[in-house]
Amino acid sequence: MRERLSGNEAVAYAIKQINPDVMPAFPITPSTEIPQYVSTYIANGEMDTEFIHVESEHSSMSAAIGASAAGARALTATSSCGLALMWEELYVAASDRLPIVLALVNRALSGPININADHSDSMGARDSGWIQIYAESNQEAYDNFVQAYKIAENPGVMLPVMICQDGFITSHGVENIELIEDELVKGFVGEYDPVHYLLNAKEPMAVGPYAVSNYYMESKRGQREAMLNAKHVILDTAAEFEKISGRKYGFFEEYRLNDADYAIVIIGSAAGTAKAAIEQIRKTTHEKVGLLKIRVFRPFPEEEIAEALSNVKAVAILDRSEMFSGTGGPLGAEVTAALYRAKSEAEVVNYIYGLGGRDITIQDFTEIYDELKRIADTHEIRDNYRYIGLRERGRDNG
Amino acid sequence: MNTVEIRWHGRGGQGAKTAALLLADVAFKSGKYVQGFPEYGPERMGAPITAYNRISDEPITVHSNIYEPDYVVVVDEGLLDSIDVTSGLNPSGAIVVNSAKGADEIAMKLKGYTGKVYTVDARKISVAALGKYFPNSPMLAAIVAVSKVMDKDQFLGEMEASYRHKFSKKPEVIEGNMNALRMTFEEVCV
Repeated sequence: MRERLSGNEAVAYAIKQINPDVMPAFPITPSTEIPQYVSTYIANGEMDTEFIHVESEHSSMSAAIGASAAGARALTATSSCGLALMWEELYVAASDRLPIVLALVNRALSGPININADHSDSMGARDSGWIQIYAESNQEAYDNFVQAYKIAENPGVMLPVMICQDGFITSHGVENIELIEDELVKGFVGEYDPVHYLLNAKEPMAVGPYAVSNYYMESKRGQREAMLNAKHVILDTAAEFEKISGRKYGFFEEYRLNDADYAIVIIGSAAGTAKAAIEQIRKTTHEKVGLLKIRVFRPFPEEEIAEALSNVKAVAILDRSEMFSGTGGPLGAEVTAALYRAKSEAEVVNYIYGLGGRDITIQDFTEIYDELKRIADTHEIRDNYRYIGLRERGRDNG
Repeated sequence: MNTVEIRWHGRGGQGAKTAALLLADVAFKSGKYVQGFPEYGPERMGAPITAYNRISDEPITVHSNIYEPDYVVVVDEGLLDSIDVTSGLNPSGAIVVNSAKGADEIAMKLKGYTGKVYTVDARKISVAALGKYFPNSPMLAAIVAVSKVMDKDQFLGEMEASYRHKFSKKPEVIEGNMNALRMTFEEVCV
């Protein structure tokens, strides 16, 4: 179904098609429209999800945990400070092995206070035990959401999933999109049939009790196992999704990477701008430039990334969040580690870009590819942790 | 057709964002690939805001703002004094300004811009057609007339269908809005 929707409406539409059991939510820019659209669908009788008006995000995630533990298919939506207020509950949801889906609309986490896109909210939650899947476009945000429950609820996984998209850039931008027919989506996602759940009178159980040191560590090891299992489940789900949509997904997208000498690794909406830069560069200078766009950040597909980058001479890893280690951003650190373990000889440089919604342009990407060529030619990196797009041009060393 | 890029300048509350989304809508219905998106600053009624459109026959992947537009629409003439509205504007494109003044007079305010300048008196048209001042419909028709991103009759047909849907509970305003669009096409002679 050919349509044009904002990213928020696209995700809300997927929620309507899936019609989960319970959605507690609290509004925060730029994710507010998602519960708003869902409430409208419910009011119009187009879906019958139980919508719970809560007093904070601490409560929305707590209510989602309660609903999910009871055996319901639950979800919520949030951004930025809202995610921060769920902090404790994120860990609880993951360690209780509750397949909750969170529609996250990425926004800078204060301060200075800012409502625009960067990944500091979700990157801060990268160690919470949630699966994280990111989108370049409205289409991908929709497609990822449709796939989320199949991954989360797989018996070998049973982990919560964060479906992330860039605030305003895709959440509020209207673009063409191909929607999938309701019946196909419903058939694909299926009914949730939990094995263990609180409302099962035949199996009395406790969820989330105290774990003494004798048991705690095994619980974490179990989460690790589930996260590793998620890898093949994510790929199996994508293969099945391709059958109903014709669209192919994996851990990441390789864009003109096959023959590339210089590669950028990036997450989210800016990948689309990088693709336009790649087309321009390949047409004008014939330099072999390519892109690896991360879709799945948790679990982190380390070996697969290293393999995809095995033939490039130089790599720029772009982070849309800081981590103030003084050595780079989170994606930079993990991709660099992946390359090191694979004994890669590629030169690596890490850029921070787009914080608080700072725009990144085709021109910026062209500069990065020029720099990669220089680094590959001279083997002289100068600074492997730098900023792009700062107001003071030429002063790129944060 | 290559990608046509349009930048809208208005003030919060005037509907420049809505107009950009409406343009994306009608262009989508005419079979195009579209983008319509606002640039959010500190949102306040009356504060300058920017919105953007990309319209193309090919899928669009770029997700940055537009710095070198083919066309600019200025919904509030007062912005000409404070915003460099022609920044990066392609001289073989055009700018459309909502004003009762003539294009020559407005052109003098656009320091150095050598491309075409059009004015449309959205207040006069809107008041005559609707009895109230809603600059959206005239400015939308004006940019379609100037940019020719779609055929006039197709545009009018799609707009009528969308008004019929939007105003299904008050059909009396449909004709007024359609008149505003038609009057704009007559006023903006390209």
